[in-house]
Amino acid sequence: MSNKRYNIRMAGIGGQGVVTASHILSNGMVIMGGESTLVPFFGSEKRLAPVESYVRIANGKIYEIGEIIYPNVIMIFHPQVITHGKSYTMPFYSGLKPDGVVLINSDHPINLVPDEVRELKERNARIYYIPATTIARDKAETDLATNMAMVGAISAIMGIPDLPSLEASVKERFLGKGFVVSGGTAALDNVIERKFAKKEQLLRKNMEVISAAYSYAIEHGWAENRQAAAV
Amino acid sequence: MGNYEGNGIPPIGSVNKKGQVYTDPNELFFLSPRTQAFLTGSEVIKEAVKRASVDFSVAYPITPQSEASSLVGELYADGYVGDYMRGESEFAVMGQCAGGAFGGARVFTTTAGPGTLRAFENFPMWAGSRLPIQVVFTVRGVNSPLSIQPDTLEIAFMLETGMLLWHAETAQDLYDYILKGYIVAEKPEVHLPIGVICDGFFVTHTKDMVMLTPENKVLPHYNPYASPVTCMDMESPPVRLMRDPFVMKSNYISYMTHASWQLEIRAAIERSRKHTIQLLDGLIEVENPDADILIVGSGTAVSQGREAIRLFRDQGMKVGLVKIKTIRPFPYEEIKQATKNAQHIFVPEFNIAGWLAREIKATIERNERVIAGPHVAGGMTMPPEVIVEEIEKSLALRGKKEVIHG
Repeated sequence: MSNKRYNIRMAGIGGQGVVTASHILSNGMVIMGGESTLVPFFGSEKRLAPVESYVRIANGKIYEIGEIIYPNVIMIFHPQVITHGKSYTMPFYSGLKPDGVVLINSDHPINLVPDEVRELKERNARIYYIPATTIARDKAETDLATNMAMVGAISAIMGIPDLPSLEASVKERFLGKGFVVSGGTAALDNVIERKFAKKEQLLRKNMEVISAAYSYAIEHGWAENRQAAAV
Repeated sequence: MGNYEGNGIPPIGSVNKKGQVYTDPNELFFLSPRTQAFLTGSEVIKEAVKRASVDFSVAYPITPQSEASSLVGELYADGYVGDYMRGESEFAVMGQCAGGAFGGARVFTTTAGPGTLRAFENFPMWAGSRLPIQVVFTVRGVNSPLSIQPDTLEIAFMLETGMLLWHAETAQDLYDYILKGYIVAEKPEVHLPIGVICDGFFVTHTKDMVMLTPENKVLPHYNPYASPVTCMDMESPPVRLMRDPFVMKSNYISYMTHASWQLEIRAAIERSRKHTIQLLDGLIEVENPDADILIVGSGTAVSQGREAIRLFRDQGMKVGLVKIKTIRPFPYEEIKQATKNAQHIFVPEFNIAGWLAREIKATIERNERVIAGPHVAGGMTMPPEVIVEEIEKSLALRGKKEVIHG
């Protein structure tokens, strides 16, 4: 594999599992044998409040720390990040590097103001709309798997981490040695676990969502030109 | 335990109540196999304390160290830490830590930012009392308006407390410094408190790869009888220290005694060098020492510097790096040597004051070569791109116009 490095900024709203998604993506990269670091960023923990998480993935050494100011991949987990400005970073594409990727969870393209359209065009941004919540509802019958759809799609777009590594990562997240999560996340975990009588079922549903979103991205041709996004 | 000898200290090779083997530090650090783990900095603190034979820990929550101190509580619940309590403020915590250390315990605590300043009176007291307590400072903003975000300004306050101060760049540093810190701090000729510093959030909340020493091997038990001052037990109450302090006598001898003791604390910091050099492989790390342009830093500013060097390398430009591992003792000679060929020395810092640049300016010859910056503060991050831009801008101002922004 040639030298690849992705700086990913994820933005969403509290309760969507943005930080969990970053853990799964990050750990998936480590399982695949690469390097990754992640930095979660949120204020007081409440549903619907802005959340960001930053993930660096690479197949070489990563030193950089802190928030990602100049990402080459941006993942928007909820349309309100853009439409309601529910974000620490305004506008949502602030700092996006040339030829970067913006993956947005929305069933339809969002009406951006002309300045935003122009600036994204100037950066030659590749903007992809994925109906992540709809996929989550179809496959897992819950909005809570939206984050899995986002992870699946971005894995297809970047090529790393691959699906088997993501699956191992999801398993570790829900079955493995638990990692330190915030109180809020722990409470949500309980809700999810109650919803699925068996953890195996939860895992299977999550993987179905990931695979469906992965296929969606491939079918729409988003996986082409992968290398262009590397830092 | 059952393996006690004369002074009651369990010997190397015996096991603690959790079945962990007291291990020679050099064997533990350099010969034991390490396994890879992917952990947050807070979890790394837990893993280090689990292997540090800590007798006593006091906790008080403040972001961004709350998670770490609560994880140490879990270690206590599992039997890995001798005793553990919650303090009622940081000032109380550090006083309670002093009590534990006076009594001959190996003590661990954590704090940050305003907590550090609230506790402040205790730090020079610890040093003067020769208490080898370890604090992990997960540094954050200290000034109003309130910020919980990373900022290294609080280190500037700590510089003259008489404590050893080591500044971790990464979670790996943090793990190693916590364990190695005790070994250096507890040397009889050192025997000083140590602050192991990491940048809040950037290290504590970032998940990173760390190589851990075996779970079943721990540091040797602390030997309080190797202290240069008597520890407080029923036979030898520290009468001189507690009941008859110098402040009660206004005469020249008492001033002189006090002044010489302050000198002794500073001499003890200097005496920590040889042990620290051996354990940390030098007080500094140098990359591309022959480059015209050097980035000199400590903590996560070093990591950002490494990435800036990578960006310069992509442009075909060679930039060097000096990582300062110990702030006290300050590596004066090492920095002089490492910077002697550099034309431009940049000091990126996560604080508004630029205290590290001042220390370096006071250390090296031709100190007009030092450019204090870039600086960010209040929790801002410092993208490598900003370091690159600062360097290019400064060099252009200095007449090296061939450098063009990439």
